[in-house]
Amino acid sequence: MANTSPGLIGRKIGMTQIFGDNGEAVAVTVIEAGPNTVISVKSSDSAAGYDAVQLGFADKKESRTTKPEAGHFAKAGVSPKKYVQEFRLESGKTGDFAPGQSIAAGDLFEAGGFADVTAVSKGRGFAGVMKKYNFRGFIRSHGTHEYFRHGGSIGTRLTPGHVLKGKKMPGHMGAAQVTVQNLRIVKVDAENNLVFLKGGVPGPNGGIIRLRKAQKKG
Amino acid sequence: MDIATIEKNLELPDRGRDMKPGDKVRVHVKITEGEKTRIQVFEGTVIKIQQGGPRTTFTVRKVSYNVGVERIFPLFSPSIDHIEIKSRHEVRRAKLYYLRDRRGKSARLKEIRGAL
Repeated sequence: MANTSPGLIGRKIGMTQIFGDNGEAVAVTVIEAGPNTVISVKSSDSAAGYDAVQLGFADKKESRTTKPEAGHFAKAGVSPKKYVQEFRLESGKTGDFAPGQSIAAGDLFEAGGFADVTAVSKGRGFAGVMKKYNFRGFIRSHGTHEYFRHGGSIGTRLTPGHVLKGKKMPGHMGAAQVTVQNLRIVKVDAENNLVFLKGGVPGPNGGIIRLRKAQKKG
Repeated sequence: MDIATIEKNLELPDRGRDMKPGDKVRVHVKITEGEKTRIQVFEGTVIKIQQGGPRTTFTVRKVSYNVGVERIFPLFSPSIDHIEIKSRHEVRRAKLYYLRDRRGKSARLKEIRGAL
């Protein structure tokens, strides 16, 4: 089942440290979450055939907007947005949203709750098995020759005579969509639309993320 | 909005602005034992201030029963009640690691009188 928790498009600002109630230091990631604007609402009775809300984040110049896009934004009566994404909804929940409506971080998130973050992770390029799969490599001494970071044997001999499917080998790593679940919301700054999450989130600073209420935790 | 702006806007206790390496300080630390909270004092010389905005920490060194003891405090930690600066001393560097190798007379610092 797809995640149907309400969410927002946000931007990862970076990490810092704040102090918890008991004086413990908490590493937090700061997310600029919204304000998002509802651009359109899709419901299962309409042509779309499913329930979702389309949100926009961050204004963009008219000159950067194509005419078809401009028409779409004009229909909702909102200024053109740089980032447009859809969030699936539980059926029957579409009534909560109307085009043009603005949603802020404070409307959805509160300190003490949990959130899921989906984003594209940092690209690592063509990575070896040690970085990619945490293989151990080989010992540095006892005559190891040009084999320090290799993955070792990739299979057996005549039986089965081929390399097993799914064998972990070097290759492209990162730059893939990653979801981190159940990050504790340490603090919400409703005035500046900032959400402070405990721990790290995927992607670079300034990257666009999807922040939603945790699917598995209240 | 960037992380530097956010760190600047965090509400942190106003403390330690005038603390310098070489200062003799009394750090009043809140200690929670079950229900009760009491204050314990750690007195020694500041040998290091590690700047890092809200993550700033400082290291206090003292010699207790002939054993060197160092404690690293996060400057803005809520478990610090307050910091008392007792005296200022003449030092020529920012990190006083050399004090670790000194004992007795050579471990003394010259006080700057009337500095505070």
